[in-house]
Parts: sequence; C-alpha cells; structure tokens
Amino acid sequence: MSLKQIDERRLREVALTPDEYRVIVQALKRPPNDVELGMLGVLWSEHCSYKTSKELLRKLPSTGPAVLQGPGENAGAVSIGGGWAAVFKIESHNHPSAIEPYQGAATGVGGILRDVIAMGARPIALLDSLRFGPLPASRRHFEGVVAGIGGYGNCIGVPTVAGEGYFEDCYANNPLVNAMCVGLVRADQLMRARAEGAGNRLLLVGADTGRDGIHGASFASLELDEDSASRRPAVQVGNPFLEKCLLEACMDLTRTDAVVAIQDLGAAGLTSSVAECAGRVAGAGARIDVLRVPRRERSMSPYDVMLSESQERMLVVVRRGREREVQRIFEEWDLTSAVIGEVTDDGAVTVMEGEDEVARLPVKLLTEGAPLRRLTGVPPEPAPILVIDSLPPPADLGATLLQLLASPNLCSRMPVIRRYDHMVGDSTVIEPGGDAAMLRVKGTRVGLAVTTACNSRYCELDPNLGAQLAVAEAARNIIATGAQPLAVTDCLNFANPDRPEVYWQMEETVAGLAQACRALEIPIVSGNVSLYNESSGGAGIYPTPVVGMVGQIDDYAERLHAGFRHECDFVLLIGSSHNDLGGTEYLKVVHGKVAGRPPALDLVRERAVSRLILTAAHAGLLRSAHDCSDGGMLVALAEACLLAGFGMRGPALEPEPPLRLDAAFFGESPSRFIVSAPSRAMPELQSLARRHHVEIALLGLAGGDVLELEGQLRVPLSDLRQAWEGGLA
Amino acid sequence: MVVFPGTWSDRDCGWVIDQVLGAELRYLWHKDADLKGCDCVILPGGFAYGDYLRTGAIARFAPVMEKVIEFADQGGLVWGICNGFQILCEADLLPGALIRNSSLEFRCEWTHLVVERADLPFTSGCEEREVLRIPISHGEGSYFADPATLSRLEQNGQVVFRYSDVEGRVRPNANPNGSLHSIAGIVNERGNVLGMMPHPERCAEPELGGTDGLKLFRSVMHSAVEVLTV
Repeated sequence: MSLKQIDERRLREVALTPDEYRVIVQALKRPPNDVELGMLGVLWSEHCSYKTSKELLRKLPSTGPAVLQGPGENAGAVSIGGGWAAVFKIESHNHPSAIEPYQGAATGVGGILRDVIAMGARPIALLDSLRFGPLPASRRHFEGVVAGIGGYGNCIGVPTVAGEGYFEDCYANNPLVNAMCVGLVRADQLMRARAEGAGNRLLLVGADTGRDGIHGASFASLELDEDSASRRPAVQVGNPFLEKCLLEACMDLTRTDAVVAIQDLGAAGLTSSVAECAGRVAGAGARIDVLRVPRRERSMSPYDVMLSESQERMLVVVRRGREREVQRIFEEWDLTSAVIGEVTDDGAVTVMEGEDEVARLPVKLLTEGAPLRRLTGVPPEPAPILVIDSLPPPADLGATLLQLLASPNLCSRMPVIRRYDHMVGDSTVIEPGGDAAMLRVKGTRVGLAVTTACNSRYCELDPNLGAQLAVAEAARNIIATGAQPLAVTDCLNFANPDRPEVYWQMEETVAGLAQACRALEIPIVSGNVSLYNESSGGAGIYPTPVVGMVGQIDDYAERLHAGFRHECDFVLLIGSSHNDLGGTEYLKVVHGKVAGRPPALDLVRERAVSRLILTAAHAGLLRSAHDCSDGGMLVALAEACLLAGFGMRGPALEPEPPLRLDAAFFGESPSRFIVSAPSRAMPELQSLARRHHVEIALLGLAGGDVLELEGQLRVPLSDLRQAWEGGLA
Repeated sequence: MVVFPGTWSDRDCGWVIDQVLGAELRYLWHKDADLKGCDCVILPGGFAYGDYLRTGAIARFAPVMEKVIEFADQGGLVWGICNGFQILCEADLLPGALIRNSSLEFRCEWTHLVVERADLPFTSGCEEREVLRIPISHGEGSYFADPATLSRLEQNGQVVFRYSDVEGRVRPNANPNGSLHSIAGIVNERGNVLGMMPHPERCAEPELGGTDGLKLFRSVMHSAVEVLTV
C-alpha cells in the first residue's frame, strides 16, 4: 500500500504525518494494519514520544550523589538517608482539564499516584500547580479542578500538601493542571518497570478495560479547537476507591519476591505500558492476547483494547509459575487480575486475538522510532521595555499593600487548602500555606520538604531567566524550612512549538533550567512536557516550566515555619534589594503593566544566601524563615505576620539610592528571606552574614496587632487579614 | 482497628496506638468474623467501599460489622471516627445521620471542641467543659437528627463534643459543617459506643500541631486496662 492508498483522514485520526507514515512503512517493509497504525499513532504522539522536546531535554543535568533513579522510569528517586528513598514525579493533565475540569484533574492525580506506586513506593504527598484565566470568568475551570483534585486525593487518603495557583489572561482557554506525587520506599526495594526474563507473565490488574480515553494521548498533542468539546469521551473518569485498593494491593506485593516489575497504564494504555516495559530491556519483547483482557464492554475490537485509557490499571510482570501467588494478593482486595501474556526475547510486541495475530511491531520502533522533529527557534518581538523612571511612587504604602494582598495571585490559599485533606498520614509537620510543606518519615527523624514554583510572567518576559528564577524560588521554598534541596521534577508547559517563537521559548527555558540546576547542584530526575497549550485563534500560554522540588532535613525538629513564632523576636531581611520592578505583581496590579526584564538573578549570590540560611537554621539561630519573592518584601512581611497571628513594628525604611522606595517595598529581587530570630542571636547572625558576604538588615520587632513602619505605614492586622483572605472570593 | 477497603485512617490510628502509646494493636479485616479479643474496636476514617451510595451505607453490611454490633450490645467499647461515625449511624448503633457539609465543600481544618461528658471511657482523661483542639476532614459531617431524637440526646447527656470557639463557647461561626446543635460527637445511651467526626489520631504528637487527641486514646487505654483488672 502506498501513501496514496492510506486515507489521509485516517492518518489525522491517529495524529501521524505522511512523513511519519513513510518511516513506518520503510521500517516494517510493509504497510501497518489498522491496529498497528493506532498503536504507533499513540506512541508517536508528542505526549508519549517527546519527539519535539527529546533533543532539548538531554541538556538537563540528571545526576548527583543522591540520585537513585533519573529520567526514563515511571518516576525519579533520590536517597534521603536512613535507608529510605523519595520517589517523585510531576505530570500535566492540561488538555483533559480544559474540557472536563473535574475528571481531568481527578484522573491527573490518579495517574501520577500510579507512577509512584509503580516504583514500589507508598505515596505520601500530592502537590498541584494550577494556572487559570482570571476570576470570575474562569470560575468553572477553577472550581472543577479544585473539586476534582480533592475528590480523588481525599478519597484515596494521600494528603495534598502544597502547590500553587496563578491567574493570568493567557490561561483562560488553556488552564494548566500539573499534579506531583511524592512517595517513600526502602531504597533497596525500589522497583523498576523492566520486563526482564522471557517467559515471565504479564498480569493486568485493577479496573476492567472499556472504550474510555481512546486517543487521549493524541488529543493531548493537539491544539484545542471548537471540536475539542466533542472529544470529551477522550477524557477518562476516575475511581479513587478502586485505586486505593490497587495501592494497598501493590504495597502488599512486597511480601513476595514473585514480582519482577510494575508499570502504570496511563496515556496510550496497554500499548505504551507493554512497549515501555519491554523497551527498557535490550532485546525484550512481549506477546499478549487481547481476548484475555477483562473488559467492561462487549464487542471491543483489538484496536479498542490496545488503545483504551481506562484508569486504575497496572501491568505486573510476574515470575513464571508464581502467578497464583500474586493473583491471590489482588483477590484479597477484590481486584480483578488476569494473565494476558508473557515476556519474550524477540524484541517485538505481538498482539494476538485468540489464535490470530492482529499486530506485530518491533519494540524499538514503538518506543524510539518516532522521527525527532528538529525545529528552529526564532526569538519573538522583545518584551515591552519598562521605563522605571516613568513610574509614579506609591501614594499610600498601606493601601498598595492591601491591594496586593488581595490580588488572586498573592492572597491566602486557605479557601483551596481546606478543601484538600492535607493531614492524613499523620506526617504533615509543616502544613500548607507557607513556603514548602514538610512530611516526616515515620520511624526516623528525617523531614522531607516539598514545593512547586514557577512565575510564568517572568518566563514570558525572558524564558531563560524566568526558568532560572523558578528553580531558585523552589530552592528558597525548601531552604526556608531548613531543608537542603535534593532534586527536581519539572513539568514544561508551552504553546504550539510549531511556531518558531514558541520553540525558541522551549530552547531558552531548557537552557535556563539547566544553568540554574547546575549552579545550585540540584539534578532533575523526572518530568513531563506538555505542548500545544494553545487554542485556535487565541494566543498561547506563557511558557510555564513548573519546578517541583524535594529537599531533606536530618531532624525535622529543626524545621522552620514561614510565620513568626514569638513576639519580641527580631525581624530581619536577609539579602539585598535592587530596582527589580520588571514583571512584578506590583507592576501588573498597580500600574496595569506586564513589562520589563524579570528580576536579575545571580546564582552565586543565591547559593551564598542559601548557605547562610541553612547554617543559621542548623545552629538554631532562626525562629522562622520566609521566602521573599512574589509581591516583594512588604508582602512577605505581611504574610509572616498573618501566619503568626501577630504584627511587627519597626522604624521607617529609607532605601539608599539608587534603590527606589517602590522597589524596596514591592520589587521582587530574588535571593532574599524574611527571617525572625531571638535578639540574642543577632551578633552571631551578623558575623555569619559577613562571612557569607550576605546583607542583613534589622526591620523591627515581631508582635502587636499592627504592621507598622513608623511614619511610613501602619495597617492593623485585621485589615491585612481581610484583604488577604478575601482574594479568591 | 477495623479495615474496610477504602479505609485510610487505620494506619494513622494504628500509629498512635502502637508507636505513640505502645499499646497492643490488631487489625480486623472487613471479611473477618472474629474480633480477635480486642478490648476496644475502632472504626477509623476513610471512604469505606468508596462511600458510593451514602457514607457508611454499604460498610454496615460487612461481615465484621455483625460481630461489632454483637460486641457493642454486650457493652464492649466501640469508637467510630469520621467515616466510622457515619458507619455507626448507618448500623443503628448511634442515632441520627451525617449529611453534606452546609458549605457543600470538603473541609480539612483545625476545630475546637468543648467536652460535655468527661465520665466516659473515651473521655475520662479530659475535664468537663475542657476545650480540645482537633482537626476535621470530611465532606459529609453535618450531624442531623429529627427534633425528638435531638431532645432525647440532649436530655440524656449523650452529646459528648460540640464545636466551639477557642474559649469553649458554642457559636454558629465556630460550627464548620452546619451540624445541628453544633454536635461533633455523640455516645449511645449505655455509654460504650462513641461516634465523632474530628480526627484525634491527627493530633497525638506535638510535631503534628497538638496532642489533645492523645487524651482520648489514653482514656480508652486506661479504661480497657481497668476492665481487665476488675
């Protein structure tokens, strides 16, 4: 069959290009049949193959002394001491959430949980990084996504402890839902999804297979258009109760040594899980019989079975002859399991329907065959220049502060946090609402700090610097708890890369991530790329490289909270402020501008400030620490008061020229912290700061019921609270 | 500790019992037909059987529940927390029902409870009118009962915990879910079956933000020991 004979519409349906089809025919030396075409279509989709981003991602650093598992598995893993490993990954569920917010978000949570479970780890925390259009217009997306995340996480009993939410025009049609999961496993029990050992059995467990989600991965690799709503059937429906049973059964698998590997069935269902599992072992293949796959519907074709994205399913590779032993564990949890095939050593995925062979494709063609797309980036028009001298000074500092605190991008997240169970597991030792959250590792003194960060407005103005700032902010969130950053998982969200300026954003973003991660020595161990976050006719999203980060503290008794702890403690600003007003929330909210260069970042200074904070925390000199970034110093100060439940009083702050007053208060210079410390610690802190070449400034005394800088600003705490707590109403 | 498929507070309660208190812990699977000699049966939080029909509606038919009901009828201590409370209501071991929060939203937050009965095996370590700080985490925790049942509960002193402010004053804005009479926990007439929506197992160590929950676990442990030594 030549290309002419294949219906172009059919190619579009499976999201393959004529060129890609030619490559397939050449490799197979025959045209693929319909089932094979569908299988190749999903695995060669951007979502599964990374054909546009693979080359770029190779530039990211992924090694380090703590790394146990880098990219390429279901999730990354790092050693956290005491024989434990933290397993984590972030993943996007943007396209489904745009169409069907509740289920899109819920199944995003379900999917990322399974990635962690597949590594043999018990999930201990969920995080969500969310982007919406402005409220109230985007309320349907916002409410649906928040309810979906809660609906899944609350039911399965894994706490949702951190994340972010931003509201910008560019996300109005393309909301972003990036879900991250962190799990724990004994380092020597870390599983890898490798289909080792010809003759070993493939066991499909969990939900029955239905027709839901067919072509979901392909759908996620297209722009949203007026037909997108008709793809609602491509969005799956989550069943957290079933996944809870699946989770517990998978944890029980550690009782036996009969299990070789566990693999999640996510995007592209059975096709990708079988191919990926085999693809990780040289020469391995798999042979499966679709008739043995337990089904939810009658008369499903092999095509339907291979491409279904039904949720809550796992593939387990079991040692030959030990199937019953493993199946009994699933039976205890009333879960269906079926032996659907076996591992082979012929390097091919063979799909049978009873006696008939319905597909046979080389594993390597499926997993690595997609021709890489070599695109060329072209820088867009430069971002609007900010003439800082044209900005009038703030008329009333207090009123400006209240205006910023009420901004949906800065206000209290409590209306969202309280809809998530963030305490189940009895491990949350720093609750959400500050910088990073912290989970204790039960049975040890180890604390695990977790966070996500990305200011995409910075990334729009300068994607390279924006990506560096995202890494730096995530690291500061971790450091503010007293923990040492260990590793990153990243979720890179972009518009349509076929536009040269979007591809340029990708190149710049990856360069920025790589530079910051190298400089701060924090490797990237897992991640996900989401492209085509763009709607026909509309502009695309800002480049949004969400940085998920995990850090560790040896003894969580030494952890720091973001809010002040004791009245009469000294309140200090660590780090120096500059005229960094470009891209700030102040500029947007007060002056209605998105312009200028994002705040300048000096990674050497960033490291110096981090070391100072960690040294001081470890020496017990600090009582609290809060990252000073979005909204600027005054917002950080107000937050530390609000989290404490008491105010702060100090003298007027007179910035030294050339530092402007507005920049001192509302500029977003990075590498700064608001800390509190007992007054007796001051001499030691000063000498530590000198040794690290870091600026330290005493702002005032914690306590009272106002935030006051004498003669400059005096706002009752109750006013601050009213503004801060009402921002999402 | 009874474990249904979908239960998740079992591990948290279990942690408090064996790691914090050093008491003896046994897990009872929903299919078990034997209570394995437990002194107190805890029905912990979660979404038993997915809570699909109505919270607790299916769980009460589990094989283990027959034994739990028998045990309660004989005066054994039964303690339902969150989903466990919902199950006890469905199983008619406690009157009333838990309905959707008045906010129509799931709520996970710290609450204050005023203790109205300190003479029970579950609360003997508390003072009467003492205010406890214990978190809630539920979507359907609004206590509801008909007026006759409510007045009977009040007359018999069966209301054990009420949502209150930090000073122990019962006020509408301190009621997180719209429970009638601000009820957070009740006991049966005999005083051996307690149901409560808040999660005491989440505040049994200082690093988790408080230790008020431990008072209830300690009370239960002492009562069980007393029963044994009598």
